[in-house]
Amino acid sequence: MTKASRGRDHGDLILRLRGISKQFGAITALEDIELDVHAGEVVALVGDNGAGKSTLVKTLAGVHQPTAGSIQYLGKPVTLDTPGKALEMGIATVFQDLSLCENLDVVANLFLGHELNPWRLNEVQMEVRAWTLLQELAARIPSVREPIASLSGGQRQTVAIARSLLLDPHIIMLDEPTAALGVAQTAEVLNLIERVRDRGHGVILISHNMEDVRAVADRIVVLRLGRNNGVFTPDNTHEELVAAITGATENSVSRRTARILETQGG
Amino acid sequence: MSHDTKSLAAQLDRADTRVRHDEGIGGEVRAFIDRVRSGDLGMLPVIVGLLLISTVFSTLNPVFLAPNNLVNLLFDAAAVGFISLGVVCVLLLGEIDLSIGSMSGLASAVIGVLWVNTGLPLPLAIAGALLAGALTGFVYGNLCNRFEMPSFVATLAGLLALLGMQLYILGPTGSINLPFTSSLVRFGQIMIIPAWLAFTLALVPGAVMIFSGLRTMRHRSAANLSSGGMTVVLIKAAILTAALLFIVYYLEQGRGVPWMFGVFVLFVVILDYALTRTQWGRSMFAVGGNAEAARRAGINVRRIRLSAFVLCSTFAALGGVFSAARLASASQQAGTGDVNLNAIAAAVIGGTSLFGGRGSAWSALLGVLVIMAISNGLTLLNLSSSLRYMITGAVLAVAVIVDSLARRSRASHGRA
Ligand SMILES: Nc1ncnc2c1ncn2[C@@H]1O[C@H](COP(=O)(O)OP(=O)(O)O)[C@@H](O)[C@H]1O
Ligand SMILES: [Mg+2]
Repeated sequence: MTKASRGRDHGDLILRLRGISKQFGAITALEDIELDVHAGEVVALVGDNGAGKSTLVKTLAGVHQPTAGSIQYLGKPVTLDTPGKALEMGIATVFQDLSLCENLDVVANLFLGHELNPWRLNEVQMEVRAWTLLQELAARIPSVREPIASLSGGQRQTVAIARSLLLDPHIIMLDEPTAALGVAQTAEVLNLIERVRDRGHGVILISHNMEDVRAVADRIVVLRLGRNNGVFTPDNTHEELVAAITGATENSVSRRTARILETQGG
Repeated sequence: MSHDTKSLAAQLDRADTRVRHDEGIGGEVRAFIDRVRSGDLGMLPVIVGLLLISTVFSTLNPVFLAPNNLVNLLFDAAAVGFISLGVVCVLLLGEIDLSIGSMSGLASAVIGVLWVNTGLPLPLAIAGALLAGALTGFVYGNLCNRFEMPSFVATLAGLLALLGMQLYILGPTGSINLPFTSSLVRFGQIMIIPAWLAFTLALVPGAVMIFSGLRTMRHRSAANLSSGGMTVVLIKAAILTAALLFIVYYLEQGRGVPWMFGVFVLFVVILDYALTRTQWGRSMFAVGGNAEAARRAGINVRRIRLSAFVLCSTFAALGGVFSAARLASASQQAGTGDVNLNAIAAAVIGGTSLFGGRGSAWSALLGVLVIMAISNGLTLLNLSSSLRYMITGAVLAVAVIVDSLARRSRASHGRA
């Protein structure tokens, strides 16, 4: 993919959040969040545990309703009041807790809510699509006719990712998608993220692995205690990122750097 | 063996070499044993139960297995069977309806009042009864959806309210006799499927099995998926057809197969199709398995829940109409006693889990046969209803224990 062809997509604003707040009773999970996602862009969302990353993703997926703020999608203000609506509009999500039905098999889970031929399910067609999608992800799933309960954590993760691709969405949000994956699978998911980006889709990636984030992200948005805490690029140093995430300029990482500089200087 | 190894390896679903693919008859048997071991019992408890029951009761009283007794049993089974079909729908969602007995009683009272007392045409009276059912289910669905009322509380309240309604509309006399010569009562007591038709119908399931087996095989190999082969399907179809023909033959030694039971089986087939082959059915299983996941997949969970409650109460009303036909009366006693428990027990014994997400329409049919066989056998032994209640209660308890243990075993074998 050349720079020129990506450049055409760049700049088209798909998603624009302004002043998004979310309150759970007394807890303010999000406050005055600002976030832009462009076509053909990977935005990494990083932050400590409890920073509100998952809550933000769920708000965009229609799972939670924001308490305040506005969402603009493809240039129009929208309300995402049900997950079904978000999916229909082309916002697909891989949730941190995966949200699969353990009693159903892989094919049923992939097509859940979007089965082919509602009055006479086309099982053969769905099974073929399932295998094709899973092969695209280089997934190691022994059988798509076994219930999800019989799969390992990594395999379930792959199924959840495959499901998000099924409807060819405009934006894919992945909440810690590589947390349960092996080395080869993680590489495969990162490849996939780049492929999705190159197709001109927007990607929101949540991850604690800074190497992965730097490898694929175009921009890195830091959340801290439910607020925006700076936007970075992979060119920023590791220390700057860690400082923004932890909210401290003084920490073990910065201290070590300082020590190294000192010994080099002295 | 028409495939060479190369084309087998190229099949989409046979790429992973770690999986043992059970093929042929041996493979089928092996897969079955694996399933049972992991707690996926399927129809096994029912078959064991029916064998046990027949042996015990026929040694105690040979009349039990007499063809005409079995015909009576099928007449009785149809009414409770309908109620049980509805129970399957709510159990699939992990919900419960405890008011099905009262609902069926109210429906039979509605029939009595509208048809006999008011003189409305029978189809209208039946429509009125079914409408009452649908409305009740609609109320339950909304109570559960909007007020997040646990279904057992909502329907427990409904149990009393519906019973009150039944007593109210029946008035002080408390009982309405339905005319014996009417088609409804004849349907509930006398009408039998003609022998030729019964035998023909017995051939249908096997034929459908072979036909759809061929179709699936053709489609799967066209799509480059493994297709298993027809041997197993043919053997299953042959066994099924032989069994059905024998059953019909045996019943024909008595009065034959009741129409009422035939209609019940037809509804079982329709519900089974809806549950396994439509988007609605898939959504039912999804909501029962993990409601939040279903919601996030874009399923309208509330609508699915509403549909289940409406279906359940409507089936209960239909069961009430059938039992009025069977008893030729609409009385204060209709739908009371063990009706509730029998219908729920039938669904659970047939293999529908109380915990949601597992079950099938066939469990209503199989379970109701077990329950009715027990009830019928105990009646033949001249046991009082007090003993019958205790024994049926114990059977339900055993069924629930089996369900729980099987669930635990499935969880540890990764089968949900
Ligand atoms: N459903 C909920 N009810 C109440 N509080 C919640 C809920 N979901 C998240 N929170 C709170 O919101 C905050 C952010 O959580 P989350 O978005 O999951 O963080 P993370 O960045 O680790 O994904 C946490 O303090 C959490 O306790
Ligand atoms: Mg999270």
